[in-house]
Amino acid sequence: MNATGKHNINDKDIQVVLGTLLRAGVIISMSIVLLGGIIFLVHNNGIITDYKVFKPELAKFSSIAAIFKGVLTFQGDAIVQFGVLMLIFTPIARIIFAIFSFLLERDYLYVFIGLIILAIITFSLSSGIAH
Amino acid sequence: MSVLLFTIIVLFGAFLAGLLGSLTGLGGGVIIIPLLTLALGVDIHYAIGASIVSVIATSSGSAAAYVKEGITNIRIGMFLEIATTIGAVCGAIVAVYLNANYIAIIFGCILIFSAIMTLKKKVDHTTLDKTDKWAKFFKLNGSYPDKGIDHDYAVKHVPGGFIMMLFAGTLSGLLGIGSGALKVIAMDNIMRLPFKVSTTTSNFMMGVTAAASAVVYLHRGQIDPGIAMPVCLGVLTGATIGSKILLKTKTDKLKIVFAVVVTFLALQMIYKGITGL
Repeated sequence: MNATGKHNINDKDIQVVLGTLLRAGVIISMSIVLLGGIIFLVHNNGIITDYKVFKPELAKFSSIAAIFKGVLTFQGDAIVQFGVLMLIFTPIARIIFAIFSFLLERDYLYVFIGLIILAIITFSLSSGIAH
Repeated sequence: MSVLLFTIIVLFGAFLAGLLGSLTGLGGGVIIIPLLTLALGVDIHYAIGASIVSVIATSSGSAAAYVKEGITNIRIGMFLEIATTIGAVCGAIVAVYLNANYIAIIFGCILIFSAIMTLKKKVDHTTLDKTDKWAKFFKLNGSYPDKGIDHDYAVKHVPGGFIMMLFAGTLSGLLGIGSGALKVIAMDNIMRLPFKVSTTTSNFMMGVTAAASAVVYLHRGQIDPGIAMPVCLGVLTGATIGSKILLKTKTDKLKIVFAVVVTFLALQMIYKGITGL
């Protein structure tokens, strides 16, 4: 993106790694969702679903701790939720990577911008916990 | 309805939504939320949670290719993500307390607006006039490759674009959609970016914007694995196949048909929302 030759090479490298990171995150998390989905369907085949009214108090896997607990007991829906969690963290990992690469480029303005975005997401994580 | 039947219906519907969404540029969420709420009677809070997950999957998937090609402007993306993530978190928090009928009405209005936007002819407003002091300070001006040639472009009206992005992020968090139509307004019409750069950068930003609101939804219990699983698998598969077909087909007629369908669904959601108040 920058006009100077040295930065151009740097930016190109960042682009390739960022792209690979995003693709890998999607493939891995979707494979986990698929695996968990199959286990979930095998175990819950006959059960009747009801999503007519939103009941937040009934949500089983609404915290990271609960998801990990469920994964350890090999529950299908917990594995699905773990895959979803990984999918959510893919763009967040992308931000963290971008911060590091801008640090290598000595582009401190964009290191700072990346940190602001990370802070906003962290805030939303903790505001959820406080709920 | 049994779990298996529900999963199959949603999987099939999400696949079609992803396919049509990527062919027409509207995104999968705009059709998956009406499908879940109108046809299957799912509460809109669950539908939003599942939809935002599919937004992350499709945007990360397609952004990967564009980023590698160097069309995406990573600096513009990150700079504007400050606005979209702030908006997304606010939207997601408001969504939790907002009555489902109000959400349905707002959703319907945005759907109609998005449908009109996809039918509008795209005009490249590209400018080379590098005088914007904000664009200079944040190093937003750049170039992108097209058929082997690098095209330079300059960025205009940065504060205006930033404010528009706050709004786009809020609606994304509130409704569980990518709000691509609004992002394109901010980047094409206000900041005067070349069309290719604005579309790919908007896609790149969507993942982070959606992740910011998704963590709020997750903690609130709005992401149910039973719905999220078929929705994200279906939408991602459909969108992947759609993007491969896209290179070979003319989608003008499909766009019109899809816009009519989306408008019809939107009117139904608005009607249901108003009668439910």
